[in-house]
Amino acid sequence: MTRDIRKYLRPGIPPIPFCPGCGDRILLELILTAIDELGLNINDILFVSGIGCAAWIPSPHYNADTLHTIHGRALAFATGAKMFNPKLQVLVISGDGDLASSGGNHLIHAARRNIDLAVICANNMIYGQSGGQVASTTPIGISTATTVEGNIERPFDLCKLVEAAGATYVARYSVTQPSLLVSSIKKALQIEGFAFVEVISPCPAEFGRRNRLDTPEDTLKFFEDKCIMKGDAEGLSPEELKDKIITGEFSSGKS
Amino acid sequence: MMINYYLSGNEACTEGAIRAGCRYFGGYPIGPSSGIMHRIAVRFKEVGGVFMQMEDELASIASVIGASWAGAKAMTATSGPGFSLMQEAIGYAAMTETPIVIVDVQRAGPSTGQAGRVASGDIMQARWGSHGDYQIIALSPWSAQEMYDQTINAFNLAEKYRVPVIVLSDGAVGHLRERVDVREKVELFDRLKKAGAAPFGTEEDDGVPPMPSFGEGEKLLVTGSTHDDYGVRKIYDSRVQEKLTSRLHNKIMNNREEIIEYEDYYLEDAEIVVVCYGFTGRSSLFAVEKMRKEGKKVGMLRLKTLWPFADRIVRDIGSKARKIFVPEMNKGQIAGEVMKHVSCDIIPYNQTNGEIIPPNVIIKELERLL
Repeated sequence: MTRDIRKYLRPGIPPIPFCPGCGDRILLELILTAIDELGLNINDILFVSGIGCAAWIPSPHYNADTLHTIHGRALAFATGAKMFNPKLQVLVISGDGDLASSGGNHLIHAARRNIDLAVICANNMIYGQSGGQVASTTPIGISTATTVEGNIERPFDLCKLVEAAGATYVARYSVTQPSLLVSSIKKALQIEGFAFVEVISPCPAEFGRRNRLDTPEDTLKFFEDKCIMKGDAEGLSPEELKDKIITGEFSSGKS
Repeated sequence: MMINYYLSGNEACTEGAIRAGCRYFGGYPIGPSSGIMHRIAVRFKEVGGVFMQMEDELASIASVIGASWAGAKAMTATSGPGFSLMQEAIGYAAMTETPIVIVDVQRAGPSTGQAGRVASGDIMQARWGSHGDYQIIALSPWSAQEMYDQTINAFNLAEKYRVPVIVLSDGAVGHLRERVDVREKVELFDRLKKAGAAPFGTEEDDGVPPMPSFGEGEKLLVTGSTHDDYGVRKIYDSRVQEKLTSRLHNKIMNNREEIIEYEDYYLEDAEIVVVCYGFTGRSSLFAVEKMRKEGKKVGMLRLKTLWPFADRIVRDIGSKARKIFVPEMNKGQIAGEVMKHVSCDIIPYNQTNGEIIPPNVIIKELERLL
C-alpha cells in the first residue's frame, strides 16, 4: 500500500493481533484504502462487527464509531442503528462463521429487506479464532480440528445465497486480488441498498497448517491459484470449475 | 389534568412506552405479548417511531441495542421462549451499559408450555438468565394502570442507570382490560451526555457514566468484551475485570433504596404478612382486606420492584411478623429470596396450573396459618 492509512487507526491501541500472513490483516488495509480513495470521513461511518478474528478489523483498530457485538448478531444490531438513524453510514465487517453460520438467518433477512447496509464478509473457510473447527464454508475434503479425515459437508456459496435473498450488490474477491477488491468495497460503500462483498481471506495458522500449506505464502498461493474471474469461468464445465472459486460481481448494484 | 382510557395491559404498556419517548421497537410475534407490538405498529405511524418486525427474538433485542446506541429510547416485548432467546443480548446490554426496556409478558412454561395461560415463572430467569455476574432492574405491574406507569418508570430507570430494565408482566395483566388514568405531566429522565467524557467509567458516586450516541464524533468503542473506561478491550487484565464487574454491580445495588418501590398494607400490627407481586397482588389484597374487616391481623407487602430485591423492608417485616406467606404462580422463586433475608416462618404457596391464584385460596391458607 502506498497510501498512508495510519491516520485512520485509533491511537494508543496495542499492535494489531493477527497471525503472520492473515488475510484479515491485509483486508484491514484494503478497506481503509477504499475509504481513503472515496474521500470519505471515517468518522461518519459506524463499523459493526460480531465475534471472531475478522470482527477485530474495525474494533478496536478503526478510529471511528465501532460496535463490537455478540456472536452472529452483527447485522441485527446494525439494522437497529441504521433504521433509527438513517443518516449513519453503516459498514458491517465480520467473518463467515459470524455472518453466515451463527448469523445466517440475519444475513438472508437483511438481504431480503435490502436494507442500506454495506457488509464485508471475511471468509477464511474455517473457525480461526476458536481453534480451526469446520465451518459452513469449508470446502469438501479440507482437514479441520473437527473433520480430521476431511470435510464431507457441502459449503455454502455465500454470494448465491445473498443474491437469491434479494441484495442489490453482491461480489466476491480475494485479498490476493487487492485492486479489484478495493474497487468492489468502494462500490459497496456507494450503493444504496444491501451490498455484500465476500472476501476470500486466507488463514495460514488454522486452515493452512492443517492442510499441508506450511507457510503463509503457501496458503496465499493456494487461494490465489483457486480464484478464477467470472468471465474466465464462463464456458468451463462444472468438472473444470470443481475446485475453483469464482470471483467477480454477481449482482451489479442496479436496484 | 387527567384523562382516562379503557385499555388492556398490553395496550397500556405501549402507551406508557410512547409517553416515555420510546421511538424504536424491535419485535417478533409471540403470545401473550403480541398485543404490545400490534399497537406499536399503529401508534408509531402517528408519533413517528421506527418499528421493525425482526426475523426472531435474537434479532429483535439486538436491533433494540443498536438503536439505543444510535440515540433511541428503545424497547422489545416478548414471552416465554422469546425471553429465553434474548438472554445473551441482555447480558451484552448489561455489560455495555445500554439503556433498553424488555417487556416479558410471562406465560406458563417450561418450554412451549401453555402459551395462552398465566404464570410468573421467569422471575429468576430475569435476574440470572445471562451468563456471568451482572445486575438488571425488574418491575412487576399488577394492573393495566401499572403497565402504563411502570413502563414509563422502566425507561426512566434504564436511562438513569444505563441498564436493561425488564417489565415482568404476565398473561393476566397483559390481557386484563380496565381503566387507565393518564396524567398530562409525567417526569421523564434522559441519558446524560458529556462530550469527551469516558463512556464506560466514572468517578461519580452513582457509578453511571455519561452515554454518547453514534454519529456524535465520539469515536465510540462499544464491546461486550471486558473494557476500560474508554471501551478499549482488556481481555487479560484482572484489575479491569474486577473494576468493571464491581461497578456494574454497585451502580444498581448502592442505589437500590432509590430504585425499589413497594406498597404495604396493615403492617403495623400484622401477625401474618403476605409478600406478593404482579397479578397475585390483586387476589392477596382482596383477601387481606376482607380478613381485616373480620378483625384478623393480616398485612401485605406488594413488591413493585422485584430486582434489586427489597431486602430492607422484607427484613423489617421478618423482625416483627410471626409468619410470612408468599403466594406465587411458580415453585417459590421469590419465597426463596425472602428466606435469604429473614428467619421467621416463611410459608410458600406455589401454584403452577396455568391459572391465577384466586382470593378464596389465599383466604383459606391464611385462616389455616392464623
